[in-house]
Amino acid sequence: MHIPDGFLATSTWIPAWIVAAGGIGYSLRKTARIVRDRFVPLIGTMAAFIFAAQMLNFPVMGGTSGHLLGGVLAAVMLGPYAGAVTISVVLIVQCLIFQDGGLTALGANILNMALIGTVGGYYIYSGLRKIVGVERFLLAVVLASWFSVVLASCACAIELAISGTSPLGIALPAMAGVHALIGIGEAIITALVTSFVLKTRPDLIYTYRSAEA
Amino acid sequence: MDRKYMFIFLLAAILLALVLSPFASSWPDGLERVAEDKGFIEKGHVKPALRSLVPDYILLGIKNKKVATALAGVLGTLLVFGVAYGLAALLRAAKGDRKRSAP
Repeated sequence: MHIPDGFLATSTWIPAWIVAAGGIGYSLRKTARIVRDRFVPLIGTMAAFIFAAQMLNFPVMGGTSGHLLGGVLAAVMLGPYAGAVTISVVLIVQCLIFQDGGLTALGANILNMALIGTVGGYYIYSGLRKIVGVERFLLAVVLASWFSVVLASCACAIELAISGTSPLGIALPAMAGVHALIGIGEAIITALVTSFVLKTRPDLIYTYRSAEA
Repeated sequence: MDRKYMFIFLLAAILLALVLSPFASSWPDGLERVAEDKGFIEKGHVKPALRSLVPDYILLGIKNKKVATALAGVLGTLLVFGVAYGLAALLRAAKGDRKRSAP
């Protein structure tokens, strides 16, 4: 759901840029507090993996595709703020080098995917872990991944509506509807990757350890 | 052990980009689908605010589109790794400085 240039009004993308800049600044400060030696290559690796996975569009229905967002994957592996930094790096490189998402819309894309989809997705995940039980780690991951994509798409619809691009009554159900399908793919991929790491190196999953401790 | 494990993950990312990205679905994504269906796709047909080096993940100068996409994918994966790694290393260094300067 990378918004291109032209979809958002100036009165929408400028405030989105300001919120995104503030969110990244806050996330960088929070990340600096927890970063340790092993975290450095892990952030690099997760960013690279999510970038590659985002290129792999899968068909969701006739004539429509979706791809991993990776917000909950990054947040589960690295915590919400290092996760937001990771997704922001991916979005910035995609915008500057590959013209995926417009430069004017970059703030909104960071707001939707790195802040709402990642930090928001993390809080859904941690809330769900309390409800379903800490031991049902994967169930919380699956549900939060799905919700994070739908939530990010709703934020995108609201920005389109504020911009006068498409009325909320039309954009919101359309965006949430198609992303409810894409979210299933998100949930499957996120579950596959996290369960692989869980089996091989559970100590690398930041939020798995912190909940156990 | 950590390095080896993460190297395997990075290798997996590079292989995904190299082998699978040329075969990814080229159908419009969720937002593009909604934009087409609800009649605002043409709003995106503006001159981009920035001319990127590798627009639409196709490395210029390579005729075969699948090869161009695969190489763009590998380039991007390595670039993202480098930027994220470098940023995290800077944050770690900043943390170290704060610790040393503390009384």
